[in-house]
Amino acid sequence: MTPATGHIVSDHQPRMGFFTDTSVCIGCKACEVACKEWNHVPDDGYAFLGQSYDNTGELSADTWRHVAFIEQPREGGDIRWLMSSDVCKHCTHAGCLDVCPTGSLFRTEFGTVVVQEDICNGCGYCVPACPYGVIDQRKDDGRVWKCTLCYDRIGEGLQPACAKACPTESIQYGPLEDLRERARGRVEDLVAAGVTEARLYGDDPADGVGGTGAFFLLLDEPEVYGLPPDPVVPTRDLAAMWRQAALAAGTFVALGVAAFAGRRGAR
Amino acid sequence: MKERAMVPRAEFSSYYGRPVLKKPVWAELDIAGYLFTGGIAAGSALLAAGADLSGRPSMRRSARLTSMAALGVSGAALVHDLGKPERFVNMLRVFKPTSPMSVGSWLLSAFAAPLGVAAASELPVGRRLVGRLARPAGLAAAAVAPGIATYTAVLICDTSVPSWHAAYPEMPFVFAGSALAGSAGLSLVLSPVAENAPAVRLAVLGAAMELAASHRIESRLGLLAEPYAEGKAGAKLRAGKALTLAGTLTAVALGRRSKVAAVAAGGMLAAASALTRFGIFEAGVASAEDPVYTVAPQRERVEKVSAAGS
Repeated sequence: MTPATGHIVSDHQPRMGFFTDTSVCIGCKACEVACKEWNHVPDDGYAFLGQSYDNTGELSADTWRHVAFIEQPREGGDIRWLMSSDVCKHCTHAGCLDVCPTGSLFRTEFGTVVVQEDICNGCGYCVPACPYGVIDQRKDDGRVWKCTLCYDRIGEGLQPACAKACPTESIQYGPLEDLRERARGRVEDLVAAGVTEARLYGDDPADGVGGTGAFFLLLDEPEVYGLPPDPVVPTRDLAAMWRQAALAAGTFVALGVAAFAGRRGAR
Repeated sequence: MKERAMVPRAEFSSYYGRPVLKKPVWAELDIAGYLFTGGIAAGSALLAAGADLSGRPSMRRSARLTSMAALGVSGAALVHDLGKPERFVNMLRVFKPTSPMSVGSWLLSAFAAPLGVAAASELPVGRRLVGRLARPAGLAAAAVAPGIATYTAVLICDTSVPSWHAAYPEMPFVFAGSALAGSAGLSLVLSPVAENAPAVRLAVLGAAMELAASHRIESRLGLLAEPYAEGKAGAKLRAGKALTLAGTLTAVALGRRSKVAAVAAGGMLAAASALTRFGIFEAGVASAEDPVYTVAPQRERVEKVSAAGS
């Protein structure tokens, strides 16, 4: 329901995004650290999760890049490592942005989705609206926080901190159209090299969120990485929801009338 | 092959069993509480208008005051739940049709003003101030009431919470029915027996709508109906249904004759409405906490599309 399908940027400023190629992620977590440093994201606790090398767990108000570690047993006693740096998807049709009642969440000139922290009143509606479980409330502060795609850096022509810090170019930043083209080529190369399970996630403008500004090359099904396999922006059904509500509202009145009209004079 | 009503759990994979979604951060007492009190405010405003137009002054008085009190509690709960309560007025910074919460904020404002006038007229001080405005104000509040009773269903269904979102066709009917039955119940408690006939009928009609719509959710949703049947949420919803039935039957049998029976029936109906709202709230939270409810239906959708494509 965000305006303008696929035309959310002007002619002179292309939509910017992330392409995260998980096939070259080495799990160094430099992205997590760089993000925290640059954005002054508070400590999210020193936990030992016992989930491979992942002691961060998930994206949250205080974690805007999260590296997932998956150990998959293979035949012959070997294991396959999957590592992937997750981030806000900056959806074309963004549920968080649609439902925000204050206008705190907005679409930037780069086509990204950002929270204005001086407007957010902590209503929390965006949190369950996000089909990816990204945006979250900071408990001691009350407001919601998430990746801004380094709005302050990209406005100055710099790369986001995570992309800058990534040593293997697993995180690539640039105009979304260029990234999508590069990613398709990368998948073709990988498939030709025998990595037939390589696939893109979030690159399709026809998907349930209109394609994401931050998309991924994955080596297994999305849910293996903790990503939803077929996310849909909840507001896609909003018109149908209001229709149902209008019908119910009409029934509400009709029942009220019936209750008072029935057997007039009978007390 | 056997017809599958549910997606087998074994087929779904996840990242260390972690939820895909963030569950709602809303405090249950505030927000499930508001779903209840908002419904009572709306239903009572409708009852008050009916009582006013049909010449039932005691019922009108109690319904207007009930509505105002419920709206007051609602407002306090909503502001209390904000992460930044001092910024509650930011809700009226914009009007945003894509946000049911924004629409609701404006609806509540449009409801509160005339309701306040109508309720004031029932108090000795207010009556002189308000004068003849009481009836038009009460009717204006009743005109907004259907929106108040049903928008909250859109509010919770317009999320990625699996068991809420999937139930969007029926949820407004559950909420409207629950609002009517609960408000009728409070009217039975607070009005004289002689004026109870419409409230008894409204309890029957509201309860029937709520129970029918709830039944449809439970039978249509397959896997996503589980959270409505299991755990604390399931227990609350079952208790709510039992009390709805018992309250309605008591109201029909004795609500027009015995004050004691009317109070008992009304209390059951109001409690049932609260239990239903808390149960629905908890079921949604449970469906967001378990990744199976996010992944399995989506995976099934993907498989269906790729099967159709190949």
